Amino acid sequence: MFSADLSLTIPELILAGSALVLLVWGAFAGKGGALFNLAAVAALVAAAVAAAFGPFGQAFAGGFVSDNLAAFAKVFIYAGSAIAIPLGDRWLARRGEARFEYAVLIILTALGMGMMASAGDLISLYVGVELHSLALYVLAAFRRDDARSSEAGLKYFVLGALSSGLLLYGASLIYGFAGSTRFDVISSVVQTQADTGVLFGLVFLMCGLAFKVSAAPFHMWTPDVYEGAPTPVVGFFAGAPKLAAMVLFARALGDGFLGAAEQWRQILIVLALASVFVGAFAGLVQKNLKRLWAYSSIANVGYALIGLAAGTPEGLQAMLLFMVLYMIDVTGFFACLVALSRAGRPMETMEDMAGLIREKPALGLAMTVFAFSALGLPPLSGFWAKFFVFKAAINADLAWVAVAGLVGSVVAAFYYLRLVKMIWFDDSAGEIDKPPVEAWAIAVVMALFSFPVAMIALTWLEPLARRAATIFG
Amino acid sequence: MTGLLSLITYSPLVGIAAILILRMFAKSDERAAAASKWIALATTLATLALSVLLVAQFNPNEAGFQFVEDAPWFAGMHYRMGVDGISVLFVLLTAFLMPLCIAASWRSIEHRITEYMVCFLALEALVIGVFCALDLVLFYIFFEFGLVPMFLIIGIWGGKRRLYAAYKFFLYTLLGSVLMLAAVLAMIGIAGTSSIPELMTYKFDPLIQTWLWLAFFASFAVKMPMWPVHTWLPDAHVEAPTAGSVILAGILLKMGGYGFMRFSLPMFPQASELFTPLVFALSVIAVVYTSLVAFRQTDIKKLIAYSSVAHMGFVTMGIFSGNVQGEQGALFQMISHGVISGALFLCVGVVYDRMHTREIAYYGGLVSRMPWYAAVFMLFTMGNVGLPGTSGFVGEILTMTGTYHASTWTAVVAATGVILSAVYALSLYRRVIFGEMTNPALATIGDLDMREAAIFVPLIVSTLWLGVNPDAVFHITGASVDALAVAYQTATGG
Repeated sequence: MFSADLSLTIPELILAGSALVLLVWGAFAGKGGALFNLAAVAALVAAAVAAAFGPFGQAFAGGFVSDNLAAFAKVFIYAGSAIAIPLGDRWLARRGEARFEYAVLIILTALGMGMMASAGDLISLYVGVELHSLALYVLAAFRRDDARSSEAGLKYFVLGALSSGLLLYGASLIYGFAGSTRFDVISSVVQTQADTGVLFGLVFLMCGLAFKVSAAPFHMWTPDVYEGAPTPVVGFFAGAPKLAAMVLFARALGDGFLGAAEQWRQILIVLALASVFVGAFAGLVQKNLKRLWAYSSIANVGYALIGLAAGTPEGLQAMLLFMVLYMIDVTGFFACLVALSRAGRPMETMEDMAGLIREKPALGLAMTVFAFSALGLPPLSGFWAKFFVFKAAINADLAWVAVAGLVGSVVAAFYYLRLVKMIWFDDSAGEIDKPPVEAWAIAVVMALFSFPVAMIALTWLEPLARRAATIFG
Repeated sequence: MTGLLSLITYSPLVGIAAILILRMFAKSDERAAAASKWIALATTLATLALSVLLVAQFNPNEAGFQFVEDAPWFAGMHYRMGVDGISVLFVLLTAFLMPLCIAASWRSIEHRITEYMVCFLALEALVIGVFCALDLVLFYIFFEFGLVPMFLIIGIWGGKRRLYAAYKFFLYTLLGSVLMLAAVLAMIGIAGTSSIPELMTYKFDPLIQTWLWLAFFASFAVKMPMWPVHTWLPDAHVEAPTAGSVILAGILLKMGGYGFMRFSLPMFPQASELFTPLVFALSVIAVVYTSLVAFRQTDIKKLIAYSSVAHMGFVTMGIFSGNVQGEQGALFQMISHGVISGALFLCVGVVYDRMHTREIAYYGGLVSRMPWYAAVFMLFTMGNVGLPGTSGFVGEILTMTGTYHASTWTAVVAATGVILSAVYALSLYRRVIFGEMTNPALATIGDLDMREAAIFVPLIVSTLWLGVNPDAVFHITGASVDALAVAYQTATGG
């Protein structure tokens, strides 16, 4: 029985084991290096393969679930984490701050995110959330001598701790009223008699999770953290952890509270539309691109929540596709930012991008693709993301939510267009440094995925996501 | 011949690839720029040749879609292309105007020439795709992505207020088309298919039709553009470079009318009938009001832009009259306006290239220095007015006949627009061409050179030929338009 349980957790075991081994290796060697990072990436790849082909079922008395949803999420979570290792380590190395802990922390985050995707009860939910959050706090403050990085880490920690408090409070209420921490037991309780106490706990739980996905009105930390944290770390923040938190959201609502769908749907719609419009309007006045993309990510989480709010398998599928496509775009965008600097000074504002297409055509094109994709212009990947979400919303009789979301996207179009205008219309603001090869490559590959590969890749991504989305049935 | 449509649609991409490769390996930017012009011209001419082949092989007796291509895509969508009598001529029109645009930009575009050529070729591919797509989502992709090259063309190579115009163009159109996207998704959800031929026979519930019709209307009315959402057009026209204006007036506006004929009428007939009075009212206002506005303009391009809005009023009127004359007239008017307004913008471009101003007051008495130009401009002005013998006449008379059957008063009021168009067009001509040449700066202005004359020849020929032999168009559009009108009248019980 125990060995059967362990066989379901092979991806987690690989990651936990390699994190420990790498920690010892790093401690003895005193530094990381290319081989060290390669080993870390290999561990993540191995975990992704294990997750994709591993056996499915429940382990540890229902506390850990391995199914299509978890497998789908984990593959992309681990992939996003693996990309963050070379991108971030080289960036830190150029600033003389490369430390081996970086890769170890990324692996620990990935481990926590995997736990979130596989959570089968409130305990593993909390363990996963905390493990990934704690590692992320440290990553945000990784440049410990940089005031803004430290500030970002501290801010993230304080507000994250608050959200964990809300989450735990909600969990304790649910446990108290439902009599179990297991989602399947909670589910049957909710089906028969949806107690006010359970729903009260659910609201707190959702508030805690909304913090983690940075949905409005729990988004306050996002712009400051994005601005202060190291750029490649932000690219990582905005992708995989959001996917993991959204999957956890779906897991808790689908496995535990499907009977109360009418209740949580209202909350999700409010969260979603608030996020879409906060992201759209607040983004209009941003000058710093990292801050701007923080608001963009808030708006995008809003769209993903619309998919979730549909409460149907189609909606969950749409949400999964949305988050994967979004993760690819946002990783590419921050890879562009990592790649670009003038005389050693990173280019982080709108004005810095002036004339980019003349100076660095490939990166300029890549950035244009990401801007238009975030705007939701077909046939870029961002369009397909929205396409599935709004289709699901309309089929679930939430046409007005879809229309509101679409109108929000027109507002947001203004700042994406301004970025394109800077890149294409304006005169160059000076010579740009030779971009580091790994960031350049990641940016270009992601842009190529956004257009045109996404149009082909979706032919197999779409059925995969559909299979993963059965828990909402 | 399957595959011909995709070949036509994507042939400009070959040119783009060639230009990009050249740019990567060219020794100097100047050389790359010079070569990119030739590549763009050759590509657009090749596309034109393929389009002519398409029309030659087109079977005019068949009402349905021809040259159909179909391949499954994801989420139940298909990659589906095909043309019928309504769309095939737009493909030809696009392919016809594009080489002229490239030739017109030969000297007037002085910086970032390779990017310019890439933008135009991309625009050509996307516009042809719009007219060939037989899948809703595919149509939406082409329709929407066409905004990007036009945004860049206005924003990079435009005039002084290009930024304002580019944003306005993009955001106006985007707001219209996201509502259409919502309708597209709803239609896929309800009918369970995104295939346009299947949706044309699907019967939507009348109440749902109303909502879907309004959503599509939001998009096409902006594109068309109809009063009161036309205000982006004069700005975009004034700021765009000459070739950009030609494409905008000649082809992009036609996507609105095409959309009405392809989607609104056959898919939502009850709703179309319900909203016909609204469309008629807006069209009549457009015809009369924008004609008056055009008369007051001081900028040549702005005047022609407003006259486009007025002419598009005839088109919407004809489409929603729902009978064969109206539909045929609207289609003919769109083709004819594509040629004539394109030619008029090229005429403006000729003097703008020389004097770098479009103020009407700046000019006057050009006939003494530019007799050939005066003659050409005269012909297209008359075409714009709708003089019998030019293509402009056929469309106007037919749309008004069609509208007369549907609503007498609409036709009567719209007929004043014919007079008003003569007022503003002839007064423009008089102020620019005739009179004393008072401005000394004009003393050395030269007449059309060979390149410009070569651009105008095909336009002159087609204006006159379509004017005396309109059957060339009706022969091709006939079967499809008859089918459309019959289906509409059966559905509405008329």
